[in-house]
Amino acid sequence: MHLKVLALVLVITAVGICYYKVSRLGVPLTPDASAEVWTVEATLTFDGDGRSAKAALAIPSDPPGFTVLDESFVSSGFGLATEPEGANRIARWAARNLNGRQTLYYRVVLNEDADANRERERPVPAYPSIPEYTAPERAAVFALLENVRSRSADTASFTQELLRRFNDPTADAEVEVLRDDSARPLEQVQRLQYILAGARIPTRIAYVLPLAEGLRHGRLNPWLEVYNGEDWLAFNPINGHQGFARDVLVWHVGQRPLVRLDGASNAQVDFSATRASRDVMGLAQQRARLLNSDILDYSLLSLPIATQNTYKVLLTVPLGALVVVLLRNFVGFRTFGTFMPVLIALAFRETELIWGCILFSVLVALGLIVRFYLERLKLLLVPRLASMLTIVILLMAGVSVISHKLGMEHGLSIALFPMVILAMTIERMSIVWDENGPKDALLSGLGSLAVAALGFVVMTNPLAEYLAFVFPELLLLVLAFTLLAGRYTGYRLSELWRFRAAARAISRS
Amino acid sequence: MRSPATLRRLGILGMNQRNGDYISLYNERRFYPLVDDKLKTKQLAMAAGIATPELYGVVEIEHQIRDLDTLLGHHREFVIKPAQGSGGNGIMVIAGRRGAQFVRASGVSVSRGELEHFISNILSGMYSLGGLPDKAIIEYRVQPHSVFDAVSFQGVPDIRTIVFRGVPVASMVRLPTRQSDGKANLHQGAIGAGIDLASGHTVDGVWFNSVLDAHPDSGHAVRGIQVPDWDALLELSARSYDLTRLGYLGVDVVLDRNHGPLVLEYNARPGLNIQLANQMGLLNRLEKVRALETIPESAGERVALGKRLFGQ
Repeated sequence: MHLKVLALVLVITAVGICYYKVSRLGVPLTPDASAEVWTVEATLTFDGDGRSAKAALAIPSDPPGFTVLDESFVSSGFGLATEPEGANRIARWAARNLNGRQTLYYRVVLNEDADANRERERPVPAYPSIPEYTAPERAAVFALLENVRSRSADTASFTQELLRRFNDPTADAEVEVLRDDSARPLEQVQRLQYILAGARIPTRIAYVLPLAEGLRHGRLNPWLEVYNGEDWLAFNPINGHQGFARDVLVWHVGQRPLVRLDGASNAQVDFSATRASRDVMGLAQQRARLLNSDILDYSLLSLPIATQNTYKVLLTVPLGALVVVLLRNFVGFRTFGTFMPVLIALAFRETELIWGCILFSVLVALGLIVRFYLERLKLLLVPRLASMLTIVILLMAGVSVISHKLGMEHGLSIALFPMVILAMTIERMSIVWDENGPKDALLSGLGSLAVAALGFVVMTNPLAEYLAFVFPELLLLVLAFTLLAGRYTGYRLSELWRFRAAARAISRS
Repeated sequence: MRSPATLRRLGILGMNQRNGDYISLYNERRFYPLVDDKLKTKQLAMAAGIATPELYGVVEIEHQIRDLDTLLGHHREFVIKPAQGSGGNGIMVIAGRRGAQFVRASGVSVSRGELEHFISNILSGMYSLGGLPDKAIIEYRVQPHSVFDAVSFQGVPDIRTIVFRGVPVASMVRLPTRQSDGKANLHQGAIGAGIDLASGHTVDGVWFNSVLDAHPDSGHAVRGIQVPDWDALLELSARSYDLTRLGYLGVDVVLDRNHGPLVLEYNARPGLNIQLANQMGLLNRLEKVRALETIPESAGERVALGKRLFGQ
């Protein structure tokens, strides 16, 4: 009972921490998840004319579909402040006695994140009054709106239908009146606002930057946002698709211009963007920092890389131990030494499976031959073990040299075999051989090799490796299982075979 | 292959259950050294008046090997074994001397130097659990009772009894064969023959997992041999519980021609082969004893209880 409660606590702890890391910090559960990271730079240039000057630049504020990982400003000699302004955020630079062309940089690092649609500051707009249309406009607008209204159910479908008609190249007469094909995109969107005001629908313009790898001299595009009484809904004014596309970054919204200058002139803003695939762990770490979560600060990821790499291997050892428990206590394998197979499996990491098995068998066979010879010399135990250790190392060196000469580079990796463990294994195998016969010795030897091979397969599984390292708390699940296995009193698979004769005899009588 | 449910129904005890439900619950670890060290066992048994093979001497340090002659005295036959050996490993039986040479039970000559090397190996821990330094025990060589002569090849048959909470629950005799090289180890090809607790006569034997009527070397029937001094043997086994305080105990007894039943060694982790030899599951018997509220104080009453509960 006590044990089961303990196991349950371990399981809950492991799953809890894991769940938090996955759901709140966005740590991915699979190793191949890599996220797109955009670095977007806005360059603001203007001419100073000898006076003190101020520049205000709208900058992204919690853009939908992205998480801001990092922001920086390059603006030496300027005072800098950022502050919210309506739905936007403004960076304000100020300096005295500016002369000549000035360049200011704003850089933001963004992580694509479909869940990042946090509530933005959305002031509830007033409903617009119907504009003073000219007579022909008025007829066209109301005809169009009436037509659209009859084919829509709500504000969203209304807007979509309107956009579809407005952009239709083979448009009706009333659309032709309202549309100016030579107009720039911004004017088109303003035109749409003008029409929608006829239906008293609040609208605003969202300025978005279409992101593209290697973007230079990018420009903001206007998108249409309409208010449906609860939310601002975004529409691509060209094709009428609802919602911001994945690759557009909302820079600012509303009437206020992108740049406002005071005491300076000739503002120009240039956008550039680059994309990189960042390893997800780094992103999760950055997000944890933004969320003020300490959990990843105290994780293995805070260690130096070399130490991290060691732990990547070490944390899979419990999985190897789990394999040993399963194969010994549930299946009934016999091995030399309880965890010798785990150490052999670790050595297999370098040799790879097939070569590892071959090299292990060759080494143990050669070692056994030498050991049988040593038996005739009647040595005391410790010196004999020491001699075996020396001989094992020499054998390893020999195998490496010979396989290198034969062009089999795999033989070189034998150097990573745990030689002390090998020497002990050979010693124990030879004793079992002498006392219980070759059959027992070979069975235990093969059992060790089989457990090592299975352990290797489990321990080097990329998913298992990743999970053990990034979610070390999952090892508590392994612990919980092995604790429970400690009280498993059922039969081993091998016993079903072992007791078959007895079972037959008892059933008969 | 049998399904787990079948084995459970037949009351077969598995390794995990033996370890988890019996050894870990009924055998306190602090009592293990008493049975793992045969020298301690022997000394305790001697003090309690339990018969064991006579102790000739103990070699504790390398230096003492030189004084082997004084230790051996006039004894021409003796057994050398490690105090903390396991599974019958590291035992040398000397059956006589030929000039300066010693003769093993198998007839092979052993020089004095080889004997010293063997003892030295024991001392260095070659045969002990965990490779710890060990002592070598030199003791009386058992003269096997003639009752099993027809069904054993060389070696000494021994009788293993499982004693649970002081009550004998099952017995078997292990008969060496040519295949087992005179060793009484079922795994290596010795015959295991169950013994009826009530009467003390053997039932069918098992050899390598198959039921056997006749000894493979001699052709004699294994079944129906009456073990002499049966009650004395069972009482010796039952009394061992008071000595070792181990609730789940394996007692190995040999029958000596001159001295009757002698306790050879105790085992705190007795194997499961007794189920094969007796062709019965231990579980039902163990559960019967586990369910008993009180266990009689005297060994004699416990023997009677075991015979009554488990005799055929």
